[in-house]
Amino acid sequence: MADTAQTGPVLAADGRPLKQTLARTLRREKLRALLLIAPLLIFVVVTFIIPILSMLGRSVENQIVSHTLPTTVEALQDWDADGDTPPGEEVFQSLYFDMFKAAEAKQHTQVGNRLNYEQPGLSSMFRSTGRDLDNMGEEFQDALEDIDPAFKDAGFWFELMSGEGGEALLEDRRDLYAAMVGESMRGDVGFVPSAEVAEMLPLTAAAYADFAIWTAIEDEDTVAEERPWEAVYAGLGLDLRNEDTLGSIATYSGPGAEALKAAAANVGQLPQEDLRDMFAASDEDWLDPDAWRIVALYSPDYTTGYFLNSVDLQKTIQGVEARPTNQQIYIKLFIRTLYMSLIITGSCILLGYPVAWILANLPLRTANVLMILVLLPFWTSLLVRTSAWKVLLQQQGVINEILVWLGFVDDANRLIIMNNATGTIIAMTHILLPFMILPLYSVMKTIPPTYLRAAKSLGATNFTAFWRVYFPQSVPGIGAGSILVFILSIGYYITPEIVGGTDGVFISNRIAYHISSSLNWGLAAALGTILLIVVLALYWCYDRIVGIDNVKLGG
Amino acid sequence: MKLTTTLLATTALTVGTVAAIAGGHAKMADSMTLVSWGGAYQKSQVNAYSDPYVEMNEGLEVVWDESSAEAVAKLRAMDEAGNITWDVVDVVAADALRLCDEGLAIEIDPAEDLAAAPDGTSAEEDFGELLVGDCFIPQIVYSTTFGYRTDMVPEGVDAPSQICDVFDLEKYPGKRSLEKRPINNVEWALLCDGVAKEDVYDVLATEEGQQQALDKLATIKDDVIWWSAGADTPQLLADGEVFMGSTYNGRLFAAIEEQDQPIGMMWDAQVFDLDGWIIPANLPEDRLNRAKDFVKFATDTQRLADQAKYISYGPARASSAPLVGQHATLGIDMAPHMPTDPNNAANTFLYNYEFWADYRDDIDAKFQAWLAQ
Repeated sequence: MADTAQTGPVLAADGRPLKQTLARTLRREKLRALLLIAPLLIFVVVTFIIPILSMLGRSVENQIVSHTLPTTVEALQDWDADGDTPPGEEVFQSLYFDMFKAAEAKQHTQVGNRLNYEQPGLSSMFRSTGRDLDNMGEEFQDALEDIDPAFKDAGFWFELMSGEGGEALLEDRRDLYAAMVGESMRGDVGFVPSAEVAEMLPLTAAAYADFAIWTAIEDEDTVAEERPWEAVYAGLGLDLRNEDTLGSIATYSGPGAEALKAAAANVGQLPQEDLRDMFAASDEDWLDPDAWRIVALYSPDYTTGYFLNSVDLQKTIQGVEARPTNQQIYIKLFIRTLYMSLIITGSCILLGYPVAWILANLPLRTANVLMILVLLPFWTSLLVRTSAWKVLLQQQGVINEILVWLGFVDDANRLIIMNNATGTIIAMTHILLPFMILPLYSVMKTIPPTYLRAAKSLGATNFTAFWRVYFPQSVPGIGAGSILVFILSIGYYITPEIVGGTDGVFISNRIAYHISSSLNWGLAAALGTILLIVVLALYWCYDRIVGIDNVKLGG
Repeated sequence: MKLTTTLLATTALTVGTVAAIAGGHAKMADSMTLVSWGGAYQKSQVNAYSDPYVEMNEGLEVVWDESSAEAVAKLRAMDEAGNITWDVVDVVAADALRLCDEGLAIEIDPAEDLAAAPDGTSAEEDFGELLVGDCFIPQIVYSTTFGYRTDMVPEGVDAPSQICDVFDLEKYPGKRSLEKRPINNVEWALLCDGVAKEDVYDVLATEEGQQQALDKLATIKDDVIWWSAGADTPQLLADGEVFMGSTYNGRLFAAIEEQDQPIGMMWDAQVFDLDGWIIPANLPEDRLNRAKDFVKFATDTQRLADQAKYISYGPARASSAPLVGQHATLGIDMAPHMPTDPNNAANTFLYNYEFWADYRDDIDAKFQAWLAQ
C-alpha cells in the first residue's frame, strides 16, 4: 500500500517536482560558471574569433566592383562576353557616370587596383581615364555654354532640375552613393528633383542628383550655388541625342525651357562622338574585350577568385582553368611548407628525446640547471637567434671556417647551408626545440624508473626494456610536442624569410607579401584560410589515428 | 546619486578647461608622429628636419616610428579601424602613388603647401618632374646601384664598371646579391640581353619580354643571394659573402666612407627613385595643421640641402643642389657621392611608376614562381 501511494513525480521539499528543481540548480550553476569565464570568453571572441571570421570574409568579398560601378555592371549583363567585340555605347555611358562619381570620391583607382590583380594594365587604365573624365564632360559643357550662356549659371541649373515628385530618384542615387563610399550619406540635400525633368532628361537628372548629394553631404556646400559637375553637361549632351527627349523638350514649358529649346535646336553644335570612342582615345585598352571580361567576371558581390588563385587556378569566362605554369607557385609552397614542417618536427623529436630523457633522469638539482640551458634560448628574441644562425651558417661563417680549418672542406667548395631549405630546417629546428623538450620532459618525469628495472629483471635487454616499456609511455609527450612544433612551424615567417633564400621560404612569406606589399588582402585571406583548414584537417587526422586523449603536456 | 553629480561636475569642468586651453593656443597639435625607415636615414631626418623644427616650436613632442616599409598596409588598416595615429609618413614615390590611389593620403597643392625657393622660384618649378602624383612631397633622390669588393676583383682584370659585368660570370666569378623582387633586376637583365634602354618597358609589357628577362637572370641564378632588406648587401659585401651586389647608394656610401670597407661603387645603370612625405587622409584639424606646417618647413631649400650633410642622397629641389656642402662628421665633400652628380649619372634609369603600378603583381608572381623552380 505504502509503495503504491505515490505514483506522480518525486517532489522536492518545496513541493515542486525534483527533476525541475535539479535542472534549475544546475542551470544556475552553469550560468555562474559561464559568468566566471565570461571575461576570457569575450576577450577570445573579440580579439580572436571576430578577426578570423572577418579574414574568412575577405577571402570571398568582392563588393568593390558592383558598388563602385553599379550601372555599368548592370548594363554589362547584356554584353556577349564570349565574343570578341567590346561592349556597346550603353555600357560606356553607364561607365562614364559611374566613374565620374567614383572619381569625385577617389574610388575609381581602388577598383582599378582590385581588377589589376586579375589583369595587369587595368590599374593605369582606370587612373589615366579618371583624369580625362573632366575633359570629356567639358566638351559638352563648352558647346552648351556657347549655345546659351544660361548653362554657365549655377542657379539656372538648380531651378531647371528642381521640382516635385523626384524623391525616389534622389533616394536611389543616395543609396548608390552610400554603397560606394561605405558611409550613410544621410542628411538634407536641399534639393528635390523634378519628376517631369527626370523623365525628359534621365541621364542629366541622375548626374545632377549625384552632384547635389555629394555637394550637400560631403562638401557641405549649398547645391543652388555650385556649378554642376562636367558629368551633368555630358548627361544633357547625351540626353539630347535621344529623339524622345527632343520631342518632350518641344512641349516642355517649365523653368529653363528656353535654354533647353535652344540646345535642342542646335544639337549639331554638340560633340557627336560616341563615349566609347572618347574612352578609347583616353586609353585604347577600353576596347579590349579581355579587360571587360575581367570586369564581368568580378562583378558579383562575392567571388571564388581569390581561392582559385591560391590553388594556382584562375577564373575565366569559360570556367575554371589552371594558371600558366610560369605563374604556379602556391600549391608548391603549401606542399613545401607541410613537408618541411614534418622534417623539422622529426628533427625536433630526434634531438629533443634524448635531451628530455637525460633531464628527466638526472637528480633534480642538476636537471634544473640544465633546464635553464634549454630555456635560455627560448627566452632570447627570435630575431636575435635567427640572425645568430646567419652568422654561423653563411659561407664565410663560423661553421664553414672551422670545417675549412680542420681540412674537412676545401676552401673553394664551402658548404652552402644557408639561403636554402637546409638553413631553414637547421634554424627552425633549433628555435622550436624547447617546444618539443618541455612536454617530453614533463611526461617522462611521470614514468616511474621502477618499470624499466622490472623489465630488465624479467630478462629484457636494454633495448627491449626501452622500446617495449619506456617508449610507449612517453608517446603522449611526443604527440604533444609534435603538434606544438608542427603547427607552429607551418605558420612560421621570420626565420624562413631571413635564412630561407629561395627554396626555404614558406607559404606564410607569400601571405606576408600580399598583406604588406601587394595589398591583395583578399588573396592573403584566402591563403590564410586554406592554411587554417589544412591545420584543422591534420589535427582531425591526428585525433583519428593517435587520439587526442593520448596527448599530454604534463603528468 | 551624489557621487554621480560630483563626477559629472568634475568631468564638465575638466572638459571645459581642456577646451579653453586648446582654444587659447594656435590650432596645431602639441605632438606629432613621424614615420620613417630607421637607421642612418632616419637619423639624417632627425638632424636636418625635426630637431630644428622642435627648436622653433617649443613644447612640441615628436615621436618617430620606423614603419615605412609597411606604411601602405598599416595606413590602410588604420583607416579601416578609423584611428589614424600617424601624422607625416615617409614613403617611396611608388607607395605614395598607391596611398593616393586608395584615398589614404591627402592631395598637396604645391603653391600653398610647399615653400618657394629663396630666389622666389615656385615650389612646383623647383621640384619639377619629381612631384609624382598628387599626394607626394619629394624629399630625396636615391638610387639602387651596385657595389663590389675591390679585393675580390680577379687579377689582371679591370674592376667591374658596366652593369653587364654583373651577368658576366666568366670574367667576374663570384656571388652576387640582388633584391628579391623583379623591379630593377628585370630591367638590368633586358639591358644586358641586347634590349635598348628606351625599349625596356615595351618589351617588359609582353609575356615574351618577361620570360626573356627571367631567362637572362637564370644565367646567374645559381650565384645569386637574394636580399630583402637594404642592410643585407652591405653586410654580405663586408663579410665577403658576395663579390658584388645591389642596394641603395647611401648604404654603400656608409660602408665605404664611414666603415672603411674595401668596396667600390659601380653607378652604371643606377635606378633613380624618390623618397618623400605624405600626409595621411582624415586627420583631425589640429594635427593636419601641424603636419602641413612641418612638411612645409622640412622640405624648404635649406632643410633639404642640410640633410645631405648626413647621408649621400640628392635633395629633391633644384635650388638645394648648390647648397650641398660637406659631411657633418667626416668633412668630405658630399657632391661627388650624390647619385645625381654628373660623373655618376652617365647612364641612369628612372623608376617607371606607371609601369610598375600595373605590372608589379603580375611580374612578381612570375618572378616568385621562377625563383621557386
